[in-house]
Amino acid sequence: MEAEAAKYIGAGIACIALAGAGMAIGTIFGNFLAGALRNPSAAQSQFPNLLLGFALAEATGLFGLIIALILLFVV
Amino acid sequence: MAGSSEGGAGIDPMHQFEVHPIVELPALAGIDTSFTNSSLWMVLAVGLSGLFLLMASSRSALVPGRLQLMGEMAYGFVANMVKENVGTEGMKYFPFIFSLFMFILFCNMLGMLPYSFTVTSHLIVTFALAATVFLLITGVGFARHGIGFLKLFVPSGIPAILLPLLVVIEVISYLTRPVSLSVRLFGNMMAGHTMLKIFGGFVVGLGSAGLVPLAIAPFALMVAFTGLELLIAGLQAYVFTILTCIYLNEAIHMDH
Repeated sequence: MEAEAAKYIGAGIACIALAGAGMAIGTIFGNFLAGALRNPSAAQSQFPNLLLGFALAEATGLFGLIIALILLFVV
Repeated sequence: MAGSSEGGAGIDPMHQFEVHPIVELPALAGIDTSFTNSSLWMVLAVGLSGLFLLMASSRSALVPGRLQLMGEMAYGFVANMVKENVGTEGMKYFPFIFSLFMFILFCNMLGMLPYSFTVTSHLIVTFALAATVFLLITGVGFARHGIGFLKLFVPSGIPAILLPLLVVIEVISYLTRPVSLSVRLFGNMMAGHTMLKIFGGFVVGLGSAGLVPLAIAPFALMVAFTGLELLIAGLQAYVFTILTCIYLNEAIHMDH
């Protein structure tokens, strides 16, 4: 296999990391909604935690995306 | 950089991230000191945020006007964040955290203007910010607790046999903080702007191919994504700031 082709395949595989981020973000917002509908009065105070969890989960997926971009544009 | 030309529409989504000098300056000790478009937008972000706060606070009235209200909301938002996450001792570091928040917010928001340059979509810029935060917080920790700050890496209530493993994990997770902090901001901004350019390419490509009715779908998506990007621009500034607060709280109070 040519090195150029392997590079593109590797970049594609690295993007699979974003599937994990998608699941994590869905879990966080889904669980927040489930909790918020049970106890709406407590939901507002937990909003910062929701955004924090969202950001932490998203970051792990973005690491994969960075690997893909490094493969595409740097290597 | 192997900026491969994207086929079809001929629009390179990475072109928007290119740094090019506006005023060429002589290299200083091997370092290129040219005034680039990146520098220009950083200066603009600092200037506009400073101007905004100066104008908001210049004619302070008991019943605030629109501008004063916006300035007070920004101040109150960050002040609340620091008080809730670090406590009143953290207010000593409020000027730093507030400047950090305003700078990142203005860089992100200015990047949403068409034909502008997003400063925070470059890893070196966000890493410099994150490294500043990391060094400051490590410095604060050692200044307040001396060598006892190293106890941060030794979790309490753990069986002795697990301790060596956990200490290594804690040290690694502490050292990757600046990386994750900078990559989060950089990745969000760069991925979002690339996506906008790619969908913009769809609109232009379909339109120039004479398929104008088909171009409506990606155009509608573009509008929606622009709204989403505005949300992300604010959210990432918030996340960067709140994580700084959380790390600072750990360094000051050292509770697990």
